[in-house]
Amino acid sequence: MAKFIGAIVVDTEKCKGCGLCVVACPTKVIELARDVNGKGYHYAHMANAAACIGCSSCGLVCPDTVITVYRTKAS
Amino acid sequence: MTATTELKNIINEENVVYKKTSVLLDNEMHYCPGCTHGVIHKAIAEVIDDMDIQEKTIGVSPVGCSVLAYNYLDIDWQQAAHGRAPALATATSRLMPEKYVFTYQGDGDLASIGCAEIMHACNRGESIVVFFVNNAIYGMTGGQMAPTTLEGQVTATSPYGRDCQTTGFPMRISEMLAMLPGTRFVTRESAETPGAVRKLKKAIRKGFENTRENKGISFIEIVGTCSSGWKLSPVKSNEWMKENMFPYYPLGTLKDE
Ligand SMILES: Cc1ncc(C[n+]2csc(CCOP(=O)(O)OP(=O)(O)O)c2C)c(N)n1
Ligand code: SF4
Ligand code: SF4
Ligand code: SF4
Ligand SMILES: [Mg+2]
Repeated sequence: MAKFIGAIVVDTEKCKGCGLCVVACPTKVIELARDVNGKGYHYAHMANAAACIGCSSCGLVCPDTVITVYRTKAS
Repeated sequence: MTATTELKNIINEENVVYKKTSVLLDNEMHYCPGCTHGVIHKAIAEVIDDMDIQEKTIGVSPVGCSVLAYNYLDIDWQQAAHGRAPALATATSRLMPEKYVFTYQGDGDLASIGCAEIMHACNRGESIVVFFVNNAIYGMTGGQMAPTTLEGQVTATSPYGRDCQTTGFPMRISEMLAMLPGTRFVTRESAETPGAVRKLKKAIRKGFENTRENKGISFIEIVGTCSSGWKLSPVKSNEWMKENMFPYYPLGTLKDE
């Protein structure tokens, strides 16, 4: 079976730091940043980018729909 | 390849597998962090996009936190007086049967002040879809007890926990409505995991498709959270919901004819 690799881009200024994407990720890619965005929220970011498989779980559960997911076959 | 060049290769327009649908507007949602309303809005928007019915869909928003839903989904909208969305939706779908008409209502809106309204719309079997967001509380007004509040649940107006001896019992609205001949599809869903969101989207599609056939109303309850009203973090709210709401409000389809 082809192996997939993925990545996410979070619109950090619109993220509300709810953490729902963190628990939805099956490979523990996402963490909330120590820094805060303009609204004062600890935004989500890829802390472990290499583990992302592009499954879209985080995107589906994000209430503010601020995650874009990318996926491609591993070379 | 270094990690950064590899990332750059992945983050590329042609590799996009999930992004915000254009049916969702760019306006930032006013909801609290983690609010289920946002996930439900997104699920509805994605189905409207998949079905290519953006120009043919009319929503009726309620009074409650989701009163501003019209700022978030790029479709036609009306906004109803508290609890009266089913009446507006009835008129709209009867006058414009070619449209896909839905109401979007909270549990205070639908189960309390609008209880008679929804009963009769369901009894008449209107060709509409109803989204019933059950977060067991009045979110917008500061977390007061709703008819759906669980026994013992602490709210602003039940500070020692809901006492069913004096306030009655939490109402299972979907079960009540499923008994009416006018309902065709009654289901209880949730939106806390990717799997639950996918299931919810299937139910939404079925609801919209049902409106083409004039065979009764589709009622989709979504058990959700209100982290501000419940005074828990969004993640803890989902856990509380699974532990306390799901046993009393079991998920699954009650009726599908
Ligand atoms: C006629 C009328 N009565 C009362 C109110 C006050 N009010 C506003 S929202 C609301 C309840 C909202 O609760 P719910 O429908 O559960 O929505 P949520 O905010 O929890 O999503 C009430 C009682 C009102 N706006 N209009
Ligand atoms: S796409 Fe899947 S693996 Fe990648 S961060 Fe999101 S949930 Fe995790
Ligand atoms: S689910 Fe969305 S809003 Fe919540 S922390 Fe993740 S990216 Fe931010
Ligand atoms: S008060 Fe509750 S229902 Fe309203 S936006 Fe906040 S979390 Fe959502
Ligand atoms: Mg409510």
